[in-house]
Amino acid sequence: METNTQRLLHTFATLADLGQEIANTADFEEMLRNSFHLLLGSFAIRRGAVGEYDRDRGELRLVAARGLSQSQDTSLPISSEHARELASLGSALSLDDSTREADRFLEDHHDAFPGVEINLLVPLVVRERLIGVVLLGEKATGEKFTDEDLEVLRTLTRHIGVGIHSHRLLEEVESKADENRRLYDGLRTIYKETVHAFAAAIDIKDRYTQGHSVRVGKYSEIIAREMGWSDDAVEGIAIAGYLHDIGKLIVDLNVINSPDRFNAKESKEMSRHPAAGYEILSPISHPYADIPLMARYHHERMDGNGYPDGLKGDQIPPGAKIVTLADSFDAMTTDRPYRKKLPLADVLEDFRANTGTQFAPEVVCAFCRAFLKEIEGTTKEQRLIRLLGKNYENVERVSPLLSQLISDLDGGAMAATAH
Amino acid sequence: MADTTGESPVQARRVGDTAIIYASDYLNKLSGERIERECKRQLESGSRALVINFRDTELVNSIGVSILMGVIDAAEQNKARLIFSDVNSHTAKLFEMLGLTRHVSLAKDEGEALSQVAPQKNAVGS
Repeated sequence: METNTQRLLHTFATLADLGQEIANTADFEEMLRNSFHLLLGSFAIRRGAVGEYDRDRGELRLVAARGLSQSQDTSLPISSEHARELASLGSALSLDDSTREADRFLEDHHDAFPGVEINLLVPLVVRERLIGVVLLGEKATGEKFTDEDLEVLRTLTRHIGVGIHSHRLLEEVESKADENRRLYDGLRTIYKETVHAFAAAIDIKDRYTQGHSVRVGKYSEIIAREMGWSDDAVEGIAIAGYLHDIGKLIVDLNVINSPDRFNAKESKEMSRHPAAGYEILSPISHPYADIPLMARYHHERMDGNGYPDGLKGDQIPPGAKIVTLADSFDAMTTDRPYRKKLPLADVLEDFRANTGTQFAPEVVCAFCRAFLKEIEGTTKEQRLIRLLGKNYENVERVSPLLSQLISDLDGGAMAATAH
Repeated sequence: MADTTGESPVQARRVGDTAIIYASDYLNKLSGERIERECKRQLESGSRALVINFRDTELVNSIGVSILMGVIDAAEQNKARLIFSDVNSHTAKLFEMLGLTRHVSLAKDEGEALSQVAPQKNAVGS
């Protein structure tokens, strides 16, 4: 085989191996070391080193070396001005030729390579920036590097340069992604704290329903989790619960705090709050879906007799159906100026009576399941029972009612009345 | 026989103070590093000559060449002789083209390699 052909085949094989190495994104330093050894092996060069240039620190950190007395941990200072000069060369620089850059490099770093003759300095340049340097000693043949050799070296080192550049881009993207994640988490926390503050503000306005919004949020969360919603959607429904009554902020304080049942005029004033809540919440970019809609539709009914839009059955968003039940449950289990809280058996009887007309069967069923699980101790947390507070003792007494309601709903006896 | 890595063993044997190390069918990074470790281990344990037998070697890639350059360096530093034996014609041409043959002798087989190191053995032994 002709020497030239063999030389060409050896170079092709090196390029193929180099391509595989560059694609190794798992271990950057291993990639750089192997690429460097491929380069040495391509010309049988005994000594050399490859370094990554850190622009911020102004130094060249040697990543791999062979035949040098220096350890691989060596870092060589390179000023930004010198880095620009090296980058402007953009190709292999024979140190046999006395050029300003070569002389300067040897002057600056003579002590770093005692007793070692460096014949070639190859700046690794990507997008006109110095990102590394390859230093090479003489070939095993003892011959000078030919123009063809330098051309091959440029091709090989360009690959190595791209490998370093890709690694940096990847690191940059990962770092940006981390930063964005932190910012997003921070914004989410601020959003949640703001929502809690709003919920407190809503509840303070109504002296009879203190803590109502927060409880509705928590009941909604429990129901949604029981229905198998994702963590993100469960967080969203909790927020919707906290904010469902935000429209009350525009309702006359005297109406809200009226000690009696509302008259027709007061009812009309009060019924403005779901649509008003929607108007307040719509301009906000919520990190969860449909928060404004859940506020707007939490007084809609399955039979179409609710307000503000008279939606029916599946026209009502699932989240709004959950908030509706949570809202009603809290209303019935807390004292109001015109009545005391209801016994749990009466509350469940109300659910039974109004499932399919006011409440969605699947939501009532999920609520009963979650409640029963807490009573029977099959869930670790007793969130629902804790929310009811000590005014409801012996909750286990309603277990048969819950079981019966679940059975009726699952069996479809009540679902038939839905929609 | 020596196994220094706990990975696939590198076959090696000693004839006097000459170590004979057997290269595998493809001399790349993995197998090359094993050979380099074994060569250095043999040098540290007093071998005055190394023979790397390439009888099973079909192909040597660039990393393999680079590693062999490292072995040449190590042998020179230890003032030990280094001989490659049983090199196929393709690999021999590659070594010649790249200049490895300026730093290492090629022998057609182990017997020739051992006879090449014999005078030095005597010299060292005397």
